[in-house]
Amino acid sequence: MKETQVKEQKQGKKIIPSKTPAPEQDPDSRKHNFDEVTRCYTEEQALRESERCLNCRNPQCVEGCPVRVPIPRFISALKQGNFKQALDIIKEASLLPAVCGRVCPQEKQCEARCALGKKFEPVAIGRLERFAADWVMEHDLASPPPVLPPTGRTVAVIGSGPAGLACAYELSKLGHQVTIYEAFHEPGGVLLYGIPEFRLPKRIVAREIELLRAMGVVIETNVVVGKLITVDEIMAQFDACFIGTGAGTPKFMCVPGENLNGVYSANEFLTRINFMRSHSFPVYDTPIRKGTRIAVIGGGNVAMDAVRTALRLGAEDAVIVYRRSLEDMPARGEEIVHAQEEGVRFEVLTDLVRIIGESGSVREIECVRMEQGPADASGRRRSVPVPGSEFRLPVDMVIMAIGTNVNPLVPQSTADLQVTTWGYIVADEKTGATNKLGVFAGGDIVTGAATVISAMGAGSKAANAIHAYLIRKKQI
Amino acid sequence: MAKILEKRLIRQPDVFYYKIAAPLISRKARPGQFIILRLHEKGERIPLSLADIDPREGTISLIVMAVGKTTHELSQCSAGDNIRDLCGPLGMATHIENLGHVVLVGGGFGAAPLYPIARSFRDEGNRVTVIMGARSRDLLIYEQEMEQVADRVVVTTDDGSKGLKGRVTDALSMELSSGKVDLVLAVGPAIMMRSVSEVTRGTGVRTIVSLNPIMVDGTGMCGGCRVMVGGETKFACVDGPEFDGHLVDWESLMNRQKTYVAEERESFESWKSRHERMLGKNNAPVCE
Ligand SMILES: Cc1cc2nc3c(=O)[nH]c(=O)nc-3n(C[C@H](O)[C@H](O)[C@H](O)COP(=O)(O)OP(=O)(O)OC[C@H]3O[C@@H](n4cnc5c(N)ncnc54)[C@H](O)[C@@H]3O)c2cc1C
Ligand SMILES: Cc1cc2nc3c(=O)[nH]c(=O)nc-3n(C[C@H](O)[C@H](O)[C@H](O)COP(=O)(O)OP(=O)(O)OC[C@H]3O[C@@H](n4cnc5c(N)ncnc54)[C@H](O)[C@@H]3O)c2cc1C
Ligand code: SF4
Ligand code: FES
Repeated sequence: MKETQVKEQKQGKKIIPSKTPAPEQDPDSRKHNFDEVTRCYTEEQALRESERCLNCRNPQCVEGCPVRVPIPRFISALKQGNFKQALDIIKEASLLPAVCGRVCPQEKQCEARCALGKKFEPVAIGRLERFAADWVMEHDLASPPPVLPPTGRTVAVIGSGPAGLACAYELSKLGHQVTIYEAFHEPGGVLLYGIPEFRLPKRIVAREIELLRAMGVVIETNVVVGKLITVDEIMAQFDACFIGTGAGTPKFMCVPGENLNGVYSANEFLTRINFMRSHSFPVYDTPIRKGTRIAVIGGGNVAMDAVRTALRLGAEDAVIVYRRSLEDMPARGEEIVHAQEEGVRFEVLTDLVRIIGESGSVREIECVRMEQGPADASGRRRSVPVPGSEFRLPVDMVIMAIGTNVNPLVPQSTADLQVTTWGYIVADEKTGATNKLGVFAGGDIVTGAATVISAMGAGSKAANAIHAYLIRKKQI
Repeated sequence: MAKILEKRLIRQPDVFYYKIAAPLISRKARPGQFIILRLHEKGERIPLSLADIDPREGTISLIVMAVGKTTHELSQCSAGDNIRDLCGPLGMATHIENLGHVVLVGGGFGAAPLYPIARSFRDEGNRVTVIMGARSRDLLIYEQEMEQVADRVVVTTDDGSKGLKGRVTDALSMELSSGKVDLVLAVGPAIMMRSVSEVTRGTGVRTIVSLNPIMVDGTGMCGGCRVMVGGETKFACVDGPEFDGHLVDWESLMNRQKTYVAEERESFESWKSRHERMLGKNNAPVCE
C-alpha cells in the first residue's frame, strides 16, 4: 500500500473507496424482459472511474489478465477523454472488448490483482473496457483494421466461437484467406446460443462477425466437420487449419427421472431461447416449455444464465441447487448478485437425488443436504451427503447445468489426432499446434469449458503460430 | 441454401417426395443418416431421413409427411424454391455387411429411408426381404421402388385391401418361423418399432431400430434427443439414430416425443388460419 499512499499524497487527493456504480435496470422490471441488465457508463461516469486508477508502475492487473490488455495505458487514454484511442490500446491485445468487458470474470482476473483492491474496491476495469468499446460503436468509429496484401495462403477455421473468431481475425489481418466452417446456421458459438441477450446483446456479436466478413473472411454455415468434411479433407484443400469447436456436449447426472418431460440440459434450454427464439413462440416456430416453479442444478455461469432466463419466461419461483457453498460457485460474482436481486433462491450445500414425475412430466425433486469435509489434496473441500436430510421441492421444470463433456465429432473423425483421456485435443499451450502438421487447436476443445477470454487468447496465439508455420512452409 | 429440384405428391393428401440439390451432402451421405433443415428465419430445425442419395447427380431425396407447421410449410414449396438451411449428413450410417438374410420392416414414412438401406444390403450380397405395412392400400408408399431393390416385398394392410391382412409384426412372425433371419431392421413410428422388437425378443435375431426423438442441433450439443438404451443415456443424433431395439426404453422415448403436443397444435392451428386467409389473395411462398 505504500505506493498508493505516496501517490495519494503526491496528487493531494483522496481515493474514492468504491467503484462508480454502473446504471442497471431495476430488478423488478428486468426480470420480465430480455433487455440488457447492466447499462454502459456515461462519459462522466467513465471519466470518474478512470480517475481512480493509480497508473501503477508495475501494474498487477495486467498480470491477472489472460491476454495482457495494457490496462493502465487504456485507462490513461480514457482519463484524457481519448475514448477511441483507449479502444485501440485494448485491441492490441483483445479482439472482443465489447464482449469481454461484459462477460469476463474480472473479479478473478485483472480486478483481483488491482492495487486499489487491497484496501478499497478495485478499479472497475471491466466496465471501463466495455465503455470504450460501446462508446466507439455508438459513435460508429469502429472500422475494419488494415489488412495486409493477400499472401495466397488459405486457412480453414472450424467453429465460430471466440477461439475461431479471434483466429480468423488475426490471420486475415496478416493477409491470409480464411474460411470458417460452422455447424450451426449462424456463426458466434456460445456467444450466440449460450450467453443470453440480457447479458450480451446479440447485435454486439453480429457486429464482430460483420467486421470479419468485411475483412474478407468467408463463413460457411451448416457445415458439420467430421460429417460433411473431415479435417484430413480440409488439409488437402487448405494450407493450415484451426480447430475451435468448443466443449459442447452436456453432462447429465444419471439420476432417476432425468428423462421426464420438463428436464432440460442448460444447453438445450438456452439454445431454444437464445438461438431459436422460442420465447417468441409461436411467432418463431421452436417451442419451449414454460415452468412456473423451476430448479437449476449447478453453480456456474451457465446455471445463472439458465435460472435468470427461466424467470424471464415467467417462472414464479426459481431455485439454484448447488452441492458446494456459495463461495465455491464458479459463476461471475456479478451474475450471482444479479440472480439474487431478481429473486432467485439458492439452495447451496444441496444435491439432487432424483426427479419425480407425474404423467410423464416433472412434479417434484428430491434433494439431500451436503456438508463439507476437510480440504483434499487439490485444496477443494469435498461435499458429502448428510444422511437423513432428504427433502422435496415441488417444481415443474429442471435444468441441468452441471458441465460439459467434449464433443467427439471432430477428434473421432480425424485419423491419429492426439487427444487426452477425456477426449480433449492435445495442443501446445503457446502455439496451439497439435501432433498433426499444420493442424492447430484452441479454446474449450483443448482446455475443457473455460472462458471467452481464454478461448479468444488461444485463437490469437494459434493465429500467430499458423502465420509462422505458413511462412516457414513457403520458404521450404 | 439448397434448391428443390423436384417435388411430387406420392400419397394423397400429405406425403411428398422432394429432390434437393446438395452436392456435398450427397457425396458424404450413407443410408441410415439424416439431415436437418430450416425453411426460413423464424423456422424450426427439423430432422428428416435420407430417402435417396445420388452422388453423381449431386442430389438427395426426402419423403416427408405433412404433420405439423414445418412439414406443411415445406409442402407449400415447389421445385425451384430454396431451403434456407440444410445441414447434414447427420447421425451414424447403417452398418452394412453381408449377413445372409436381412428383413427390413417399414411403417408410415419409414418405408422411405429403407429404400437406400435395402439397396446397400443387397449390393453387399444379402438376401433382402422388405415388409411394409399401412392401414389400407392407399396409404402405402414406395412399394414399386422397393420392388427394385429388395429380393422380396411383403405388404400388409390392416383392412386387407392389399397383401396380407394384418400388421407388419404378423408378417415378421411368419418370416421368422419360415426360415433363417440374420438381421431385422425397423424404421417407422415408435410404437411399431417397439412391437417389432417384442416379436424378435428371445429369438436371438439382432434387431435394429431407427429412433426419432425430438432434436434441435443434431450434433450432440443439446441432449434434447437423449434416449435410454441398455440403461445408458445416448444422444440419438450422434450415437444413433439406430440402436438395438431390445435395449431401448420405449416408454421414455414415446413420452418425450409428446413434450410439445400442445405447442405443436397451437403452432399448426395459427399457421393454418393465417395460411387459409392468405390463400386466394397471394400465395406467398414460405421458402426463399
Ligand atoms: C451459458 C454459458 C454462459 C457462459 N458465460 C460465460 C461468461 O460469463 N464469461 C466467460 O468468460 N465465459 C462464459 N462461458 C464460457 C465461454 O462461453 C466459453 O468458454 C467459450 O465460448 C469457448 O469458446 P470456443 O471458441 O472454444 O467454443 P464455442 O464458443 O463453444 O464455439 C464452438 C463453435 O464450434 C461449432 N462447432 C462445434 N462442433 C463443430 C463441428 N464438428 N463442425 C463445425 N463447427 C462445429 C459450434 O457450433 C460453435 O459455434 C459461458 C458458457 C455458456 C455455455
Ligand atoms: C432422425 C429422424 C428422422 C426423421 N425422418 C423423417 C422422414 O424421413 N420423413 C418424415 O416425414 N418425418 C421424419 N421425421 C419426423 C419429422 O422430423 C417430424 O415430423 C417433423 O419434425 C415435424 O415437424 P412439424 O413442425 O411439421 O410438426 P410438429 O407439429 O412440430 O410435430 C409433429 C410431430 O413431429 C415430431 N417432431 C416435432 N418437432 C420435431 C423435431 N424437432 N425433431 C423430431 N421430431 C419432431 C413431434 O414429436 C410430433 O409428434 C424424422 C425424425 C427424426 C428424429
Ligand atoms: S487498474 Fe488497478 S492495478 Fe491496474 S494500473 Fe490501475 S490501479 Fe494499478
Ligand atoms: S439433437 Fe441436440 S444433442 Fe441430439
